[in-house]
Amino acid sequence: MQVEALQDLVHKTREARRKQTLPKYPPHERDTLIRKYHPDFRESAYRPIKFGPNAGDLTVRELACLLEGDSPVPADLDLTPAHSVDVLVIGGGGAGCSAALHAYARGAQVLLATKLRLGDSNTVMAQGGMQVAIADEDSPVQHFLDTLKGGHMKNDHQLLKVMVEEGPSIARWLLGLGVLFDRDSDGNLHVKKGGGSSKPRLLTCSDYTGLELMRVLKDEVLNQKIQLLEFSAAVELLSDGNGTCTGAVFRDLDNNRMFTVAAKAVILATGGIGRLHIQGFPTSNHYGATGDGLTLAYRLGAKLLQIDTFQYHPTGAVYPEQLLGALVTEGIRSEGGQLVNGKGERFVNELDTRDVVSSSIIRECEEGRGVRTATGHLGVWLDTPLLDVEHGAGTLEKHFPAMVRQYKRYKLDITKDPVLIYPTLHYQNGGVQIDVNGESGIKNLFVAGEASGGLHGRNRLMGNSLLDLMVFGKRSGTEAASRATAMPQGRLTLDHLTRFRAEAKKRGIAGSVTSPMLFPDYTRRET
Amino acid sequence: MDTGKEFDKNVLLDQEDVLRPKMVTVEIAGKKYEVPEGITVIKALWYSGQEVYRGIGCLGGYCGACATYYRTKDDPKVRTCLACSMAVEDGMSFSMVAPFPARKAIYQIGELKDPKQDLFNLYPEAPLCRNCNACTEACPQGIDVRDGVWKAVFGDFKSVSEMFMDCVMCGLCVPVCIADIAPNLVALYASRAQGVHFNEKPPKLQSRIEEIEQGRYASEWDKLLKMDEPQLKEVCAAIK
Repeated sequence: MQVEALQDLVHKTREARRKQTLPKYPPHERDTLIRKYHPDFRESAYRPIKFGPNAGDLTVRELACLLEGDSPVPADLDLTPAHSVDVLVIGGGGAGCSAALHAYARGAQVLLATKLRLGDSNTVMAQGGMQVAIADEDSPVQHFLDTLKGGHMKNDHQLLKVMVEEGPSIARWLLGLGVLFDRDSDGNLHVKKGGGSSKPRLLTCSDYTGLELMRVLKDEVLNQKIQLLEFSAAVELLSDGNGTCTGAVFRDLDNNRMFTVAAKAVILATGGIGRLHIQGFPTSNHYGATGDGLTLAYRLGAKLLQIDTFQYHPTGAVYPEQLLGALVTEGIRSEGGQLVNGKGERFVNELDTRDVVSSSIIRECEEGRGVRTATGHLGVWLDTPLLDVEHGAGTLEKHFPAMVRQYKRYKLDITKDPVLIYPTLHYQNGGVQIDVNGESGIKNLFVAGEASGGLHGRNRLMGNSLLDLMVFGKRSGTEAASRATAMPQGRLTLDHLTRFRAEAKKRGIAGSVTSPMLFPDYTRRET
Repeated sequence: MDTGKEFDKNVLLDQEDVLRPKMVTVEIAGKKYEVPEGITVIKALWYSGQEVYRGIGCLGGYCGACATYYRTKDDPKVRTCLACSMAVEDGMSFSMVAPFPARKAIYQIGELKDPKQDLFNLYPEAPLCRNCNACTEACPQGIDVRDGVWKAVFGDFKSVSEMFMDCVMCGLCVPVCIADIAPNLVALYASRAQGVHFNEKPPKLQSRIEEIEQGRYASEWDKLLKMDEPQLKEVCAAIK
């Protein structure tokens, strides 16, 4: 049977469902549901890390393997640097560009290296917007409290205060680069309300906020005298032998050769982990989101935080195949879109929190009430045509043009037919522990953006990641530059790697996995 | 997530062709391969055993890394697509597009004195458009690129900035231009210049920045940061 035939049930049950109201889960049932079905509570998916700064801490198996993995760098590699700079930025997304531009503006010589092209990142895909407290009825304090509530009270207060207070000046900086934020008729910045926020606070560039930011930042990096190395993947950090970071080893992906960059300060802006497909989940993340920064920093001795919690967005596309894992915006549920299982029944209040909605979708599918596509993926329906039924023809087209367009590419009309969705791995809530200047536990090693941890607690609020990477890109770039321009280059050694390898050998796990992963392996091999 | 074994086959609403996908023949850079119908062009590359890293980025239709030329069965027309967002069909031929060495002008956007005139110094080829419309035909996003170039030349930067909001910078408009214009780069310059030099400054943003600098929230912060977790929890719980 084709998906098109299965969806008839959604049309047939629509009238009856319209009148139905589903209550939100009471606290006790909600906890039971989450503990039973939310991926963060799948005990079998977790294990303790065997050694290193987070020895004994639980994380998902996929990440634990990589953290304990061996470096591809041979112990006797010639470390004579191919480049020597003040500040080395690793990663070319929003955080990397922000860090590079601010370090350059402070007078540092900057080299930005990235394993794909400049701008290939999760930033470019961000649709929702950037949270900045500028509305009259809003304040940085309110932004702080909303974020803390969303993060289950586990956010680092100092990092969070810095982020919300610097939001408005970041918006001014971006406007000064030519970013075209949406405006109200009086010329002020337009703000939208985002999930989990008590006040309208999202700055947007239609539904292309990330694309617009990335286009502008990328162009600005190219306009400055910032040295750029694309298709250059960081595979190991270097230290002076006394715990200070002094550079990195890269693999040039075009000729497979390794080379070294000496730097007085290093900024890791390597992003998240979606492409590890934790617990087999599809992901909304870009091709290079393989958690490289976590493994590099960990081998050098940096402590990681909250690496046992990940965000699964409830509504990732399942069908058509081409959109697998891509986000279907939360706004559709906010405006009345209902979730419907394979038997034509609703099963959750669609406006419950992300963890509850995700858990209930997983429950439906695991208990056999899902729908399976031709390529074997499971999902439930999101009744999109209901929006036009409830609010009048043309509502979807008007409020969600990008979403309508996205499906139209595959000859699917979401104003007429429902879409299949399933939770998709979206964001790494934790990461490398940093201070307010973005410095990790390792001297002169800075971390910015999704690779860092602590700011978002156990659940990131919509719209906070774009602000996070702008603010901590700026702070790490600024601090790294002012420090680097006033000090000599340290020695380049692999001493930490010798120690790491000895530790792995002692525990009998040497050489089983090589990390960082760099890319997911999707290529089909001969069987 | 595949937990197929645990499913009650009577309840699971399945599709008959799950286990036997229909195979189609496609031609990738001149070689024929059998691949499952309906997978994306990028997945067809993986399926046929190829390692790809140049030409893959966000896999979501936003980054423009996977610009591709393709042709469908018996049709002489060569079309363009983003390989992450295009399904294969029987008889399709395709090749990913190699990076094109377009010239990007270097400028300090904030320091421009007369951005509309400066366009002709930075991109002197921009006014030489011969109206062939190949750029518009090549755009996988459906932007009227040719019209955008003319609007930039005539100084209507505002329209350009609106027309090119969904430009993913794939660069497919560039190699087809007989006047050597890079329309996407011209549009990016015009859009940035519009933002910096012609849009008004939002007044409320400036006053919020000043409030923060002058310590308007200092007492609230003091109070908040002295609270212990139960107290903070109570404050958060009261938020509507």
